Amino acid sequence: MNTPSFSRRNFLKVTVSAAGGLMVGFTLPTPLQAAMGEAGEINAWLTIDPDNIVSIVTPQTEMGQGAWTSIPMMVAEELDVPWENVRSVRADANRHVNNAELYTTTSTGGSTTVSRRHPYMMQAGASARERLRVAASNRWGVPLDKVVAKQGYLSTEHEEQGMLQGTYGEFAADAVAVTLEKEPTIKAYGDWWLLGTDVKRVDVASKTNGSAVYPIDVTVEGMVYAAVQACPVPEGKLVSFDFEAVKGMPGVIAAVELKQVKDVPAFTDLRSAVAIVAESWFQAKNALAVMPIVWDFGRGATISFESQTAEALSLLAAPGTLVKDEDGNIGKGMDKGVNHDAVPDLLAASTKLVTGEVYSRPFEAHATMMPPCAVADVKADRVDVWTFTQDIGRSLNEVADQLGRDTKAVFLHQTQLGGGFGGGYNMDVHRQAAAISAAVGKPVKVIRSREEDIAQDSQRPPVWGTYKAALGEDGLPVALLTHFVGEEKMPAFAQRGVANLPYLIPNRRHENSLVQNHVPIGYHRAPGANSNGFIVEQMVDELAQAGGWDPLEWRIKLTEGMEPWQRVLQAMKAKSGWTTDMGDGEGMGCAVVESHGTIAGCVATVSVSRRGQIFVDKLQYFINSGYVINPLNAREQAESSAIWELSHAMFGGLQVRDGRIVNTNFDSYPMMRMPDTPPEIEVNLEMSEDQWWGGLGEPTGPPTPPAVANALFYATGTRVRTTPLSKAEL
Amino acid sequence: MAITLNINGQDHTIDADPQMPLLWAIREKAGLSGTKFGCGIAQCGACTVIIDGNAVRSCNTPLATAAGKAIRTIEGLSADNDHPVQKAWQELTVPQCGYCQSGQIMSAVALLEQSPDPTDNEIDKAMAGNICRCGTYTRIRAAIHRAAEMSKT
Repeated sequence: MNTPSFSRRNFLKVTVSAAGGLMVGFTLPTPLQAAMGEAGEINAWLTIDPDNIVSIVTPQTEMGQGAWTSIPMMVAEELDVPWENVRSVRADANRHVNNAELYTTTSTGGSTTVSRRHPYMMQAGASARERLRVAASNRWGVPLDKVVAKQGYLSTEHEEQGMLQGTYGEFAADAVAVTLEKEPTIKAYGDWWLLGTDVKRVDVASKTNGSAVYPIDVTVEGMVYAAVQACPVPEGKLVSFDFEAVKGMPGVIAAVELKQVKDVPAFTDLRSAVAIVAESWFQAKNALAVMPIVWDFGRGATISFESQTAEALSLLAAPGTLVKDEDGNIGKGMDKGVNHDAVPDLLAASTKLVTGEVYSRPFEAHATMMPPCAVADVKADRVDVWTFTQDIGRSLNEVADQLGRDTKAVFLHQTQLGGGFGGGYNMDVHRQAAAISAAVGKPVKVIRSREEDIAQDSQRPPVWGTYKAALGEDGLPVALLTHFVGEEKMPAFAQRGVANLPYLIPNRRHENSLVQNHVPIGYHRAPGANSNGFIVEQMVDELAQAGGWDPLEWRIKLTEGMEPWQRVLQAMKAKSGWTTDMGDGEGMGCAVVESHGTIAGCVATVSVSRRGQIFVDKLQYFINSGYVINPLNAREQAESSAIWELSHAMFGGLQVRDGRIVNTNFDSYPMMRMPDTPPEIEVNLEMSEDQWWGGLGEPTGPPTPPAVANALFYATGTRVRTTPLSKAEL
Repeated sequence: MAITLNINGQDHTIDADPQMPLLWAIREKAGLSGTKFGCGIAQCGACTVIIDGNAVRSCNTPLATAAGKAIRTIEGLSADNDHPVQKAWQELTVPQCGYCQSGQIMSAVALLEQSPDPTDNEIDKAMAGNICRCGTYTRIRAAIHRAAEMSKT
């Protein structure tokens, strides 16, 4: 499907690496440049050393999703080099930022590292391979078509000298001088030897002996530690603090005010906060905890989740604003030809009207296992930063902006992340570290306490939604009105997967309303789809039931002719052992949601004890993401997203009272643990004949909670319309 | 106040508040960064170390109570990353982001030392104190069984 097109005017830039080997930079136009017909800048690099070791650069960050493995795999596929010869190395953020975004983007999110970036990664490998062939052809004096490049070796059958062979490394220096007349075409699916096979992620061993380095592990000579507190009510500001009261405490060095420039800060602006700097983080945290601080809480102080819910319910009682399909996140097979205008009259005239109740999902935090942390070493002529970020380039720019420095003097070093899930985007921890280091004149490590992390996170927004449908004679909907309430900061999240509903309903209308909200909002693993899927896919079950349809058959019927959806749904029917009649206390439920270009279906099997305790016995996934370059990692990601979202659905939910997040650590904001984990998780990769590149880091999350909730309905007869499910009366 | 800690068989004399959590002494004073900070209230297990054979959350263990005891951290498990639990973790590619895994591994090691061939229920109970946000639980469970198997042969 959306394979980015690129100009054949691409060209290569070459230099000799420090080790004397070949460095290949492959250029691709940015979308803007492509539109203008101009060649772009270099966006990927590889080096081949004389000992035949290939180092492949990763501009994307590693947060457990496998970017440091997937990127080298895509390059090595084309280069045709043994996987054991490949080294995964980090991109230089400074070089990226100061060379017109050398790597096109360093952003790491939206499940795009493979799905969107494979063309230029693979092209870099193909270019290097072809130039090595030309180098060998020249040295051996044989025609180019007689030179074979395979598994790190160049070879030819020479007319006089017989079989000649050499490593890529032996020809790397020659290849530097080679200019290709035209770029090779990258391989198509079916010609792959490495892509499509199970490859273990390259960083696993570093994570079994404590040697993997996260920002929290970085130490710099002379480094001190800082604990920070931002206003407990987001958007509020610091009025005053009394450092005198704590400056005599052990180890305490300084207090630093972090100034918020705007009334309502943008996502990555520095927020109003105060820091204590000490010789140890424990000392800084202790002093900060007892330092008297006066805040101006601002407008948020009167907002609570309850007040937002009340506002949402009143908004749902009246018509909302019509959202057109084009405004949603249009998905595969989307039928754009639906009629919005006829819906109100059809509902009013219906003799088989289904009126939905209100569904909702609460705020959720990222709560990455590593609390946000950054180290900054601000010197007069140079700034070094290590931070929790999903975009090294953007964060480098933010540090430069914070300090008023030239980006050329800022060096941001890529580390492991300790989880990301979208939380590494809207983050001001590196601004904090930079500002504090500049203020105290020493390198500083900022560590957020878990309480500060959850209180100040850019949260996943809540959503409230309901619907009305008119059913036809066949029990299928002829008209559907959905009305979802989101919040004001990122309103589009409340439309994803709803405005662009896949089901073929001839008359359909989606309305949107917004509640007031001061809580920062951010991307959160399958944003929008994660919460909306819970509502939409339970609505579907209710509509199917009202019309006398089996819920899986209903989905199959209303996606007729849409091959990618049919592939998933038919697999669910054929392989899951599907039934809605398992007997008392047990149930099976299904749901299917598209996100990130991937259609993911889930069949959940649950049992409920007499006391109402929920056991998720089995989760089965049927995923159509198009091409899969590493089935092992695909399965791992599928399980990971599933557990992530089941965790929120079962146990999560942030409480907001008097404007502040109340449950800010794992005692009050519980997570799924091993005993709660379904004993069986099955992942089926159902690749469509209509092949494309979809993402795999997120899509199994969204269908999981509705599949479980639908299963709970068949187990108990009770429909649970909000989360956490563990608090439902069953 | 100077306190002597025995970490991975080596004595470290540490000048710190006796109430300082052991975690920060291990990380900041002894310079062993494999043990992680996750919550500070013994809820997530990222800071798990083994003290006298038991899995302990170092983030709320005062330094003073650990003095004179045998403290083991992830760095002390093996010189070559080849303890059976480490090997099983690698074989089944357990870690994703990896941040919780030092704690998971130390909990698993303590379990296997006490119960060399644990049942799923024993594993669930022993590992319930360790949160993994990436959701690697099914692989952790399988890897504990695999490590038990490796240790037998």
